[in-house]
Amino acid sequence: MTLDGITTAEDAVAHVRSGDTVMVGGFGLVGAPLTLIDALVELSDATDLTIVSNNIGEPGRGLGKLLRQGRIRRGISSYFTSNPEAVDAVNAGEMEATLLPQGTFAEAIRAGGAGVGGFFTPVGAGTLLAEGKEERMLDGVPHVLELPLQADVALVYAARADRLGNLWYRHTARNFNPLMATAARVTIVEAGEVLEVGELEPESIHTPHLYVDFLVERR
Amino acid sequence: MSDDPRHRIAARAARELRPGEVVNLGIGIPNLIPRFLGDEANVFVHTENGLLGVGPPPADDELDEDLIDAAKRPITALPGAAYFDSAQSFAMIRGGHVDTAVLGALQVSERGDIANWAVPGKDVLGVGGAMDLVVGARRVIVTMTATSSTGEPKIVERCSFPLTAAAAVDTVVTELCVFHRRDGRLCLTELLDGATIDDVRALTTARFAVDEALAVGSV
Repeated sequence: MTLDGITTAEDAVAHVRSGDTVMVGGFGLVGAPLTLIDALVELSDATDLTIVSNNIGEPGRGLGKLLRQGRIRRGISSYFTSNPEAVDAVNAGEMEATLLPQGTFAEAIRAGGAGVGGFFTPVGAGTLLAEGKEERMLDGVPHVLELPLQADVALVYAARADRLGNLWYRHTARNFNPLMATAARVTIVEAGEVLEVGELEPESIHTPHLYVDFLVERR
Repeated sequence: MSDDPRHRIAARAARELRPGEVVNLGIGIPNLIPRFLGDEANVFVHTENGLLGVGPPPADDELDEDLIDAAKRPITALPGAAYFDSAQSFAMIRGGHVDTAVLGALQVSERGDIANWAVPGKDVLGVGGAMDLVVGARRVIVTMTATSSTGEPKIVERCSFPLTAAAAVDTVVTELCVFHRRDGRLCLTELLDGATIDDVRALTTARFAVDEALAVGSV
């Protein structure tokens, strides 16, 4: 990142275009970049989005707002069920759903950021979630080929950032955020607190700044 | 002892856990287990959204919005706790570093297959970490009542619900008895609270072996 300061949420979400794939951090609403999601809801008209997020928010909260606007064409998630409106949207044919086991979902994002072309996992083998996927016996155990997940834009929340874009996450608000920060063409970070360069201890930095493109302060 | 069978099941399952183990506890009966663990139990509770060292629920003045478990309930973290991202959390699970997963089920088959994420004819839009846990944990303990709320046996010859994983269950604890999987088949090892083998047979469609040293236990 060539950071010469902090971006506004409006300028940041202008990087999201119609048809884009957007990763959004958080486990439920914990660790979700709520300021950026609100900016996407209120200040952007990008539509036809593919959302990669563990959940599609909650009814009328977080990504649940974007869902109500009918702007999510497809969701890739491990648990749509936490938002009954997302389930309704899928059943009504308004949103496509790709369901992945949560560990596969996390690892696919990690692979997407790490330049790995896919991986074989025993998780899901022989179940509904393996349908249409290549299976292979490895060491006597059935495995499923899973492909990496990448995005046009990642929306990430970190409790602390320095002005270079080094990030530090707090407690269980870390979850998918550091993975998503690595796996998108453009990574936008919402920070709870923005520190001067050098204020984060180098050993405690969870996401080094080279992954981060834009920094927005939490509202 | 409690009249609530769920509490009796949790109390018996608690005795399966060994000092020093890392344990992941699912929603429902498994989450009742900590109240039956004494200080000497010394187990480390892992939650897949990114914490090893889950403590008891917080007092009102300890509530922290960044600190939840996989059921999205507020928790505390014990001294010595560690936080990590979701890819590492599931690497711990898939990699066999979590000793025991205790979880509920809709059905367990006589081969140890487990169905615990989807009901036929309903939405199959939420799997979360269930598949990762039953495949990855070194030992899988299922805690559940012997029958469903409509009286259908849950220990069955063959699962009719979508599988979470095949041949994954090591131990089943119900209000009637304990089964261990041996040589790929369920083996009745203990009768609880005055139940007889005939009581067990009446509430299952599974074939099972009976341990030579069948224990008659009470909790």
